[in-house]
Amino acid sequence: MSHDGPHAKLIYMANQIAKFMESKPHDQGIEGLSSHINDFWEPRMRRQLYEVLDAGGAGLRPLVLDAAALIRRPSIAA
Amino acid sequence: MKDFIIPDRDFGTPAAKSKQLVTLTIDGFDVTVPEGTSIMRAAAEAGISVPKLCATDSVDAFGSCRLCLVEIEGRNGTPASCTTPVAPGLKVHTQNAKLKQLRRGVMELYISDHPLDCLTCSANGDCELQDMAGAVGLRDVRYEAVQTHFKAKDNSGHINPSYIPRDDSNPYFSYDPQKCIVCSRCVRACEEVQGTFALTIEGRGFDSRVSFGAKTDTALTSDCVSCGACVAACPTATLQEKSIIEIGTPSHSVITTCAYCGVGCSFKAEMRGDELVRMTPYKHGKANRGHSCVKGRFAYGYASHKDRILSPMIRDSINDAWKEVSWDEAMAFTANRMKGIIDKHGRHSVGVITSSRCTNEEAYLVQKLTRAVFMNNNTDTCARVCHSPTGYGLGQTLGTSAGTQDFDSVEQTDVVIIIGANPTDGHPVFASRLKKRLRKGAKLIVVDPRRTDIVESPHIKAQHHLALTPGTNVAIVTALAHTIVTEGLFDEAFIRERCDWDEFQDYAEFVSQPQNSPEAVQLLTGVAAEEVRAAARLYALGGNGSIYYGLGVTEHSQGSTTVIGIANLAMMTGNIGRPGVGVNPLRGQNNVQGSCDMGSFPHELPGYRHVKGQAVRDIFEKIWGVKIDDEPGLRIPNMLDAAVEGTFKGLYCQGEDILQSDPDTKHVAAGLAAMDCVIVHDLFLNETANYAHVFLPGSTFLEKDGTFTNAERRINRVRKVMAPRNGYADWEVTQLLANAMGAGWTYTHPSQIMDEIAMTTPSFAGVNYEMLEVKGSVQWPCNEASPDGTPLMHVDGFVRGKGKFINTEYVATDEKTGPRFPLLLTTGRILSQYNVGAQTRRTSNVVWHDQDVLEIHPHDADNRGIKEGSWVRLASRAGETSLRATITDRVNPGVVYTTFHHPDTQANVITTDFSDWATNCPEYKVTAVQVAPSNGPSEWQEGYSAHAALSRRIAAAE
Ligand code: SF4
Ligand code: SF4
Ligand code: SF4
Ligand code: FES
Repeated sequence: MSHDGPHAKLIYMANQIAKFMESKPHDQGIEGLSSHINDFWEPRMRRQLYEVLDAGGAGLRPLVLDAAALIRRPSIAA
Repeated sequence: MKDFIIPDRDFGTPAAKSKQLVTLTIDGFDVTVPEGTSIMRAAAEAGISVPKLCATDSVDAFGSCRLCLVEIEGRNGTPASCTTPVAPGLKVHTQNAKLKQLRRGVMELYISDHPLDCLTCSANGDCELQDMAGAVGLRDVRYEAVQTHFKAKDNSGHINPSYIPRDDSNPYFSYDPQKCIVCSRCVRACEEVQGTFALTIEGRGFDSRVSFGAKTDTALTSDCVSCGACVAACPTATLQEKSIIEIGTPSHSVITTCAYCGVGCSFKAEMRGDELVRMTPYKHGKANRGHSCVKGRFAYGYASHKDRILSPMIRDSINDAWKEVSWDEAMAFTANRMKGIIDKHGRHSVGVITSSRCTNEEAYLVQKLTRAVFMNNNTDTCARVCHSPTGYGLGQTLGTSAGTQDFDSVEQTDVVIIIGANPTDGHPVFASRLKKRLRKGAKLIVVDPRRTDIVESPHIKAQHHLALTPGTNVAIVTALAHTIVTEGLFDEAFIRERCDWDEFQDYAEFVSQPQNSPEAVQLLTGVAAEEVRAAARLYALGGNGSIYYGLGVTEHSQGSTTVIGIANLAMMTGNIGRPGVGVNPLRGQNNVQGSCDMGSFPHELPGYRHVKGQAVRDIFEKIWGVKIDDEPGLRIPNMLDAAVEGTFKGLYCQGEDILQSDPDTKHVAAGLAAMDCVIVHDLFLNETANYAHVFLPGSTFLEKDGTFTNAERRINRVRKVMAPRNGYADWEVTQLLANAMGAGWTYTHPSQIMDEIAMTTPSFAGVNYEMLEVKGSVQWPCNEASPDGTPLMHVDGFVRGKGKFINTEYVATDEKTGPRFPLLLTTGRILSQYNVGAQTRRTSNVVWHDQDVLEIHPHDADNRGIKEGSWVRLASRAGETSLRATITDRVNPGVVYTTFHHPDTQANVITTDFSDWATNCPEYKVTAVQVAPSNGPSEWQEGYSAHAALSRRIAAAE
């Protein structure tokens, strides 16, 4: 994978999950992707994902954008 | 705990399996045994030992020595009791004047061709020939043999052509033909128990001799894999462990569990004082049933290797030399550093890695350290890099993160699919049991890019070998499902009853799509569509179908998807929930299953319960008296990313060498180098220790109590046979560290840790050390509902309720070949070495494998001017290394293969940081590479060795 930018790896990982979830019906895909990230991504990783999302989500597959509302935003305090 | 050496009783012939019972009379006693039992075994069950030499209960009777003669009323002659089956109403006599005389005659003949040096013989006190001479009352030998096998020169001083000198070529046992009585027990053990067929009897009559294949073959150069089955079967000193020759006979033994692979064989550690004399496989071990492989049986020498570090060491910076210190000083230094990091960077800046080599109790304590003392969930385990997709895939579909069967189940299987596993090398004792079943007629399908030994070996040939292109597992598994669904081969009744029929409909629609057909994926996978269809039909219709899989499934970017696909196959064909079927992950290291069960993953507490669940946290919060973080922690690759980024600073790593075992070595090294406190707790200064600030010496499995859980969920006891040479068992070291950080733990024995596990984890509720003493071992779940444990899972219903079919869309890995890197590298292991080789490299096992080599197809070798045995440069976009090449058609053109047992090879410099989408399990099994001739080690290898040498310096004591 390319290492362009600090968030490239994270974007790649989110898209990998999206590719699996895309073969499900759309609503199940959204559910599957958001709960997968909520369950397995440490808050630091989700915070970085939110940095990408807040900046417009460039590079993320549409399913990740669609699921964003269900991804838990980590609290500020570590 | 310690019992004196009472050899496990030998009943002479294997147990009969019949349910039909037969009653007969032996020496006036009534005996009732299953039909098919030999008279010899029936007598033994009644407590009567008939003299015998060529029979032993690990192999079928052969009837050659004629010592076991008996008389049967109403029958002529004196039949051999080992080959004569029982019949109702027989009246058998095992001892009378005629039999006594016949037996003495037989013994006289044997002894006349046997050296009479019992007092100095290595088998003295442990020799059946000696015992039988006593048993038959042999008092003198009336004639001197003219021709013998044991005199180097004959009576007239000429060289005796029948004398064969001792063969000491195998590092662990010797073959001394002068003591051989040609009973063929060894030959039968090699065939029936091990399945290697390395031994034969050559010649006839007086000339018949045991031979390792061709005349020129020694034990070492033959096909022998040094499993030791023949040595155990030999009644004399002919095949004998060298350790017995050197030390003498043992005086007591302790039952324990092998610490190498996930088969989890039970062994008797046979001791004299606190010296280990030999390890022999334990007949009543339920995983191995009396068999073993070279690693567990012989490769324990690392425990006393001079490289073992026995005192704690510390240093301020990784550029300093190590300083040996007391345990107190080491703990004070470590606690101080870790506390400093937490104060400055917060409680999420540190974490732990638990070991799949250590005990359940030790893994439990390490994850407890991070959850209850560091106050975060940053715990992960080496299972991340091997079987984490198994946990995810099986959890999602079936509801538990574990294999469904016990190993005994293989005896009842009819069709076996092996995907991405190399059992004869990786799980040898399971492979022997599987081969036994295959020789009896079960069918075999192998899905593997490489022609592994199981595809074709003596008396075994796979019906189908789907030699797919690395990285296309999902496409193959889905094409198998496509065939089963579109040809109507699925088990509708099973699916309707056990799964959700509507979900299956969706799934069936998905796999039926034309792009999932064997024909459509043929170009991609490189496997002929007809082969895929034939394999699918065989699995679906061939009777009990079982699937065994290994790291060739999990270590891919779609590892979890393949595991899901495998579970789908088993569910749609109804191959789950009874003996002979199932989905069975073959675990790599001895306690991969256990370390996962013990809550080593950052998102779940022991027993696979997510940290987000308040009810689960409550259980632990009450007992531990702390508040548990409800957010998932960092996985190993995430820890390293965070370290490079500067938010992760301290790591306690027990019994794991992440620098050597994890992918993309350069990234791992950068992550470790960025930390302020790396604590390595291990037997040796491993590669990771080059980047460590604290080294805590570890203890071996011989030096501690605990439990391991094998690939069949079997909890086996590990028992201490000697005091820890480093002073403390590993669980004690973790406790010292926890207490130095203020934890106040007070465990005095691992049984108390198991009690805490049982108290908090429902699937372990019924487990404790007293019951393990009684039952030997138990398979979880073990609780009120199943007090004797659970050999088969999902019998009446799936653990998750209804089995869940999930779509398995094939997504090509982004690791693609191209003009710069036109070949695909895949990796694996071999029998004699284990994982990163830290232990096996420190034993005589190196005679079988002293370096990693690259397998390359003749066509690809030719194109590049590569010769057998020459150095080649192996490069990927991640890095490059050099090793020697071997040219073979085991791999297809376009594919190369190597092992990763030796640190000098640094195969993981090559592997990339692609990983499984669900679990981040690294994609070891596919890397695009180029291979070119070279002159020797690469610059990185040389630079690395120099750095390693520098960072291993230990300052001289002042
Ligand atoms: S050690 Fe094992 S493989 Fe070798 S000859 Fe003996 S039984 Fe056969
Ligand atoms: S080597 Fe041992 S087991 Fe083999 S035939 Fe000779 S005496 Fe029997
Ligand atoms: S390495 Fe595995 S197969 Fe070999 S003895 Fe140990 S547990 Fe058994
Ligand atoms: S033991 Fe029966 S013939 Fe040898």
